[in-house]
Amino acid sequence: MYKIVKKQELNPTVTLMSIEAPMVARKALAGQFIILRVDEDGERIPLTIAGYDRKGGTVDIIFQVVGATTEKLNHKKQGECIQDFVGPLGVASHLEGLKKVCVVGGGVGNAIAYPIVKALHEQGSDVTAILGFRNKDLVILEDEFRAASNNFIICTDDGSYGEKALVTEPLKRLLESGEQFDEVITIGPIVMMKFVTKTVQPFGIPCIVSMSPIMVDGTGMCGGCRLTVDGKTKFACVDGPDFDGYKVDFDEAIDRGSMYKAFEAQAREAACNLYKMEVK
Amino acid sequence: MPNMSLKKNPMPSQDPVERASNFKEVALGYTKEMALDEAQRCLSCKNKPCTKGCPVQIDIPAFIKKVAEEDFEGAYDIIAKDSSLPAVCGRVCPQENQCEKYCVRGIKGEPVGIGRLERFVADWHNENAKEAPVKPASNGHKVAIIGSGPSGLTCAGDLAKKGYEVTVFEALHTAGGVLVYGIPEFRLPKAIVQKEVDGLKALGVKIETNTVVGKTVSVDELMSDEFGFEAVFIGSGAGLPSFMNIPGENLKAVYSANEFLTRINLMKAYREGADTPIKHSKAVAVVGGGNVAMDAARCAKRLGAEHVYIVYRRSEAELPARREEVEHAKEEGIEFKLLNNPVEILGGEDRFVNGIKCIRMELGEPDASGRRRPVAVPGSEFVLDVDCVIMAIGTSPNPLIKNTTEGLDTNSHGCIVAEEETGKTSKDMVYAGGDAVTGAATVILAMGAGKTAAKAIDEALSK
Ligand SMILES: Cc1cc2nc3c(=O)[nH]c(=O)nc-3n(C[C@H](O)[C@H](O)[C@H](O)COP(=O)(O)OP(=O)(O)OC[C@H]3O[C@@H](n4cnc5c(N)ncnc54)[C@H](O)[C@@H]3O)c2cc1C
Ligand SMILES: Cc1cc2nc3c(=O)[nH]c(=O)nc-3n(C[C@H](O)[C@H](O)[C@H](O)COP(=O)(O)OP(=O)(O)OC[C@H]3O[C@@H](n4cnc5c(N)ncnc54)[C@H](O)[C@@H]3O)c2cc1C
Ligand code: SF4
Ligand code: FES
Repeated sequence: MYKIVKKQELNPTVTLMSIEAPMVARKALAGQFIILRVDEDGERIPLTIAGYDRKGGTVDIIFQVVGATTEKLNHKKQGECIQDFVGPLGVASHLEGLKKVCVVGGGVGNAIAYPIVKALHEQGSDVTAILGFRNKDLVILEDEFRAASNNFIICTDDGSYGEKALVTEPLKRLLESGEQFDEVITIGPIVMMKFVTKTVQPFGIPCIVSMSPIMVDGTGMCGGCRLTVDGKTKFACVDGPDFDGYKVDFDEAIDRGSMYKAFEAQAREAACNLYKMEVK
Repeated sequence: MPNMSLKKNPMPSQDPVERASNFKEVALGYTKEMALDEAQRCLSCKNKPCTKGCPVQIDIPAFIKKVAEEDFEGAYDIIAKDSSLPAVCGRVCPQENQCEKYCVRGIKGEPVGIGRLERFVADWHNENAKEAPVKPASNGHKVAIIGSGPSGLTCAGDLAKKGYEVTVFEALHTAGGVLVYGIPEFRLPKAIVQKEVDGLKALGVKIETNTVVGKTVSVDELMSDEFGFEAVFIGSGAGLPSFMNIPGENLKAVYSANEFLTRINLMKAYREGADTPIKHSKAVAVVGGGNVAMDAARCAKRLGAEHVYIVYRRSEAELPARREEVEHAKEEGIEFKLLNNPVEILGGEDRFVNGIKCIRMELGEPDASGRRRPVAVPGSEFVLDVDCVIMAIGTSPNPLIKNTTEGLDTNSHGCIVAEEETGKTSKDMVYAGGDAVTGAATVILAMGAGKTAAKAIDEALSK
């Protein structure tokens, strides 16, 4: 059992938790993830390692409530335990040697982007962070990002905060103005990453994307997380989650992510109903 | 006077129609009367041909004699000398290729039902034996076991009984390896595996689940002062699924057998209201002919599929699955499309599978494996209407441990190189066994390898 030592609501649907998991904290690196189960018979879901404290033995996760399991997780209180927590999984982001980087995040993907921005900042890289959210209420980690980036741009779909734009717009502007990045790293909804890649491509700058397919074991045993990269099948949990954006078959990845849509909608409703009953 | 019936006592089983829609155990086990009657069929051959066919050389005539004498605990003690998992092996061993293949009663008629008797004895012991395992005094030596499949559990048990302080590290959240994530409940009830694991815990074995060696901690770290393990046994299995690399394999509702079975067995997706989803399909094609394919097909049937096809490129005689599983699958209505090979998986606009294109095969000249090589018949393609495809064409060892352990040699198939007589690898005080060494094989071989390594580790550490 793994104890929730801290719980903090970042916005109405995004929560940060610090979990006591010294073995994971010991080895965690930016870009890696964990897999957890909230309770016995729960589903295994992957979440990125948003931070870690090696001495204190804790690992931070930031999650958006999107379905049954994240809903259940969000109902756990500080001091309570979750059943399983395994990691660190996946290959850490390759950040060595990068001097000037643009990190483009969208929605809860920003939570995944933050540890990368932080690691880049700590190694002395010049970081431009472009964050996109649907609206002002959903903005997360703004202060943290500001503190770790040299250039910070925030945009919302509806213009309720920052620039009214999609992340690709300021990105294109910067690239056209002649900004020379060693690399663009993008993390967020697959469609967004697809268009970020398209935006960067004419400029000949490497573009790394962080893929989040449906996973089960996270160790290369099931193949459920497979993607086509450069015409070859890759397992995101062991070969990724970071891949060369120019080589990823995004459309296939979008399809595969929708495999259980009907089940998920039903499961979420069931989970919500359960909690409603508890409240009464 | 021996029982000269040419036939084995049949195994009482759940009715095929009924069981095709539940996950309860299919084979119900011999009653005492059946076991006694079956044991009478054994001729107590002096040269013990059956024992020679057993990968761990259980003294088969001796245990059967004890059964005939109604000394079931005595029979158990004889089996337990060579096998740690009789309740498992009695259920899943391919007896027709091992002990029973060499039984002289099989020359004219059916061999003695050795597997069924083994299961009877083990189940009798599990139900009736009183003595609880006690933790022996520690000898102060620490050993780490990687993986909790049959090889790891066996190695852990044998060492713990000798007083070693054993910790088993398992990547998944439940111990048992393929016995819990692969082989379905209706063939091997999970309670049996849990009992084995609980027995180890009573012996003082620590089981650390959620620990991926190579990620959470490396083999070298385990052997460093920080953790202080003096020896390591790697029993990490052969869990990496293969795909065919044909068009359409990444469509929705194409599963590896590992994923399909893991969702069902480990994650309990077959239960109403489970958190983990699984696709309930109308018609399913399972590609492959081994135990894994049979298990996947029979699970798909139990989830409600009207048609489940086994698509296998060779003929019935070459099916690598246990005979009993093939028979059970047929009884449950699984349709065998033998001498067919998939060439493409077809999908609709929604990118879900809607068919599998196969080509007919003929058997040609024998190949390297000695089996006749299947050759495609040109122009014989046809489409099977299915909405789900499960690939059960084999697995190989996961490269994670190899890639993170300095000085650990593997062969061209990614299998860890280990001495057969000891399990010793190229790395000092690191031993390995089971599927991680042999590639996908059997429970009994993995169990045997765990025993062999435990003995060698004990010899090395007690020097
Ligand atoms: C490597 C990786 C890192 C991730 N990091 C984060 C993170 O830091 N924060 C965060 O909020 N989310 C993250 N995700 C996504 C997160 O795993 C899903 O939101 C979560 O699984 C949803 O589960 P649910 O039951 O609440 O929702 P569901 O209703 O089951 O699913 C909602 C959506 O989540 C996806 N999903 C469902 N089950 C899984 C699964 N087992 N594995 C992966 N995706 C699934 C599906 O595409 C689905 O459309 C990450 C995913 C991956 C693969
Ligand atoms: C569906 C199916 C049906 C089968 N049916 C039969 C049958 O009827 N009869 C028969 O004899 N055999 C059968 N087999 C084969 C048999 O199950 C295997 O040969 C046997 O389980 C191998 O045992 P093992 O101990 O080597 O490894 P496994 O049982 O594979 O266990 C390995 C364990 O190690 C863990 N692991 C892997 N990597 C790591 C790591 N890096 N860190 C920590 N832990 C790790 C895995 O999670 C797993 O739990 C079947 C196999 C399958 C898949
Ligand atoms: S070969 Fe058959 S008859 Fe002979 S001892 Fe073995 S089980 Fe008995
Ligand atoms: S999640 Fe199972 S192989 Fe990647």
